[in-house]
Amino acid sequence: MAHSEAHAAEAHAHAPQAFIWRYVFSKDHKVIGIQYYVTAMMMALIAGLLAMLIRVQLAWPEKDWSSLQKIIPAGYTSGVMNPEFYAMLFTMHGTIMVFFVLSTAPVSGFGNILIPLQVGARDMAFPFLNGLSFWTFFCGCVTILYSFFVGAGAAAAGWTSYPPLSALRGAVPGSDTGQTFWIVAMVFFIASFTMGGLNFVTTIVNLRTKGLSMMRLPLTLWAMFLVAILGLLAFPALTGASLMLLLDRHFGTSFFLPTGLVLNNAPILGPDGQFLHKGGSPLLWQHLFWFLGHPEVYILMLPALGFTSDILTTFCRKALFGYKAMVGAMVAIAGLSFIVWGHHMFVSGMSPYLGMAFAVGTILIAVPSAVKVFNWLATLWNSRIQYKTPMLWAMGVVSLFISGGLSGIWLGQSAPDIQFHDTFFVVAHFHLIMAGAALFGVFGATAMWFPKMFGRTMNETLGKTHFWLTFVTYYGTFFPMHYIGLAGHMRRIYDPYQYAFLKPLQPINEFITVSALILGLSQIVFFVNFFWSAFKGQKASENPWNANGLEWTTSSPPPHGNWPGAIPEVHRWPYEYSNPSAPTDHVMQHEPPMTVEAGH
Amino acid sequence: MATDLFDARAPLAPPVAARAGAPVGPVVLDDDDRDDGGGGRAFDPARFGLWAFLGTVTMLFIGFTSAYIVRRTAVDWRALPVPHLLWWNTGALVLSGLAVEAGRARWRGRDRASLVRWLGAAALLALGFAAGQFQAWRLLAAAGYFLASNPHSSFFYLLSGVHLVHVGGGLVWFGLVCLRLRRGRRTEAGMDRELSLFATYWHFLAVLWVYVAVLIFGF
Repeated sequence: MAHSEAHAAEAHAHAPQAFIWRYVFSKDHKVIGIQYYVTAMMMALIAGLLAMLIRVQLAWPEKDWSSLQKIIPAGYTSGVMNPEFYAMLFTMHGTIMVFFVLSTAPVSGFGNILIPLQVGARDMAFPFLNGLSFWTFFCGCVTILYSFFVGAGAAAAGWTSYPPLSALRGAVPGSDTGQTFWIVAMVFFIASFTMGGLNFVTTIVNLRTKGLSMMRLPLTLWAMFLVAILGLLAFPALTGASLMLLLDRHFGTSFFLPTGLVLNNAPILGPDGQFLHKGGSPLLWQHLFWFLGHPEVYILMLPALGFTSDILTTFCRKALFGYKAMVGAMVAIAGLSFIVWGHHMFVSGMSPYLGMAFAVGTILIAVPSAVKVFNWLATLWNSRIQYKTPMLWAMGVVSLFISGGLSGIWLGQSAPDIQFHDTFFVVAHFHLIMAGAALFGVFGATAMWFPKMFGRTMNETLGKTHFWLTFVTYYGTFFPMHYIGLAGHMRRIYDPYQYAFLKPLQPINEFITVSALILGLSQIVFFVNFFWSAFKGQKASENPWNANGLEWTTSSPPPHGNWPGAIPEVHRWPYEYSNPSAPTDHVMQHEPPMTVEAGH
Repeated sequence: MATDLFDARAPLAPPVAARAGAPVGPVVLDDDDRDDGGGGRAFDPARFGLWAFLGTVTMLFIGFTSAYIVRRTAVDWRALPVPHLLWWNTGALVLSGLAVEAGRARWRGRDRASLVRWLGAAALLALGFAAGQFQAWRLLAAAGYFLASNPHSSFFYLLSGVHLVHVGGGLVWFGLVCLRLRRGRRTEAGMDRELSLFATYWHFLAVLWVYVAVLIFGF
């Protein structure tokens, strides 16, 4: 005890005072977490604007957009968007959202803020590595943003960067310097995520406070633990593949490029007059990419599932139903994510037997997912729900997880997927379950843990307004996409007027776009609320939500070193709400063992 | 209380006593008797983190291996001649690891001078390995096997290059270990730990190189 106090005093004394070491090149996990979070939200703003341009183009492709041309001269020719520019828009929207926003805000952002607070540690295991990780990520952000301004523009081969489109420098304008920047940004991102992941697993495994066994961790931490493992084991496949793509692009190797490539009627020849590339396999890239890509979507989603469990129990004042089953379900989802990547490749001509194996693995994921939904609903069952902003977002996650998950059962089987592949049905599916659940999870976590970030609570009225606007327009945007997808609307077409059979769908496209524009504008409410509350919001007490986790045992915001005195010890799980034999409505994890008379 | 079936609180908390007909008696609202020490104090965080890092590097080479196996089946595959220098390089890297071990054995007897001598030998062998790898590339290039010549040569340059980058990182760490030893600010136990961690990484690199060499030239 005395030792811990001495340590705390030492931590205080060592808190850096100069602005640059305290807030810029900080090694404090809370500062780093906020840096990650704010950077990711700024990236979200940019990627969201790209989505708005995509939607405007799809709804009114033949209108005169001279006004937009004035702002983005490279994107339009006499008021009409260039197809290459459209390809760049969806590529960069996907890349930035998946890697630089939705992998970053929940994992690197909230992971950094919450892990030491919830495990009862003064900081992450390797604080220097942690700071390095953020600045590596920042370099990645700068690289990917700078790529808009190089040569013929940013990468345009889709967020999946399939070769040969991504490997031949003349294939599309974006495949020139833009694609190289894409690869470099990805390497920065993976290096940063690896450093973060090492910190996450080590902190969760090694720095838990006394009494906090793995089976007493809040589910948020279980999610972070699994996400870090997924990142460490899955991302190297993309590192390797990116290096090979880089060599194919710049040094004439043939990892992914087959013989006989012809570009603009000119064969691509080497100095000896033979074809430059020989014998490579474009499918090899797809396998390597999706070996990362599928675990990656769970990297986005698992934190949201963890936040949801923690928020639901807090605001319905009930113990979590089926804790062990919840942990088991998350472990199962994470494990299965490594053996299902082939379901992204059903149309690649794979053997039907192999397709069957991938389909079975994919459908199996429905089982742990259903366990999670069942347990959430059972937790909510018969409870007196407090409809605070975090709770609304958490229930939104449950809603999106169900509605997006159901279409996953269709897409996971090869026979229907061959029909749906590359249609808007897929766009609807992954925006609801992966992007939507992750985004709602981030908003929920922001409202929930804002006191630990800035010492204040967010404004409830603005928060609820933001939620309802977002919830309604999110469904308004993505739900109709199921229909136009089933009707055959291609996923990456830049002008739906090109095909007669798409014309009757145009009113739906316009509806989606109006909804998307309102969705985009609604986020202004969030940014206003965020910045206003961070500086002027109501001061928060230690534990404004009467929650149970260790993070609620220290001041809001916590000091450098997290606890001014000794680190609390843990005596129980974090979901002790409304136990009728307890003297109080909730019993926090650190409260000393208590004996109460039966029948209290 | 519906949670009893899957409850995480082991041993199971007694059923809610307030329920009608429930036994009357004191109820303990925690499971303090199950103190597993919480935090994984059993592991050294740095050692755990290092092994996690080795895990991610291993996955990188597993990714390369699967690409290698797939690509090998293509018709344009032409076998690359083995530069015999590689076996000398392999020997140098393995011996470098053994020299680190020999130094650590002396250091256990707190023989600082011997440790320094053995580390010096290890550093020389490691630099020899790096120089040898460059020379092997030059020999292959002189024989007309370039990066893009055929998939076998592409994989050789790529995998030996990525391995050499990891050796480069190891050499930087080696330099830091030597610097810390020279400054002498670390406690002896702290130096033990540092040397042991570094040795783990160094042996990993040797094993990884043997794996790469066997993968590319062994079958």
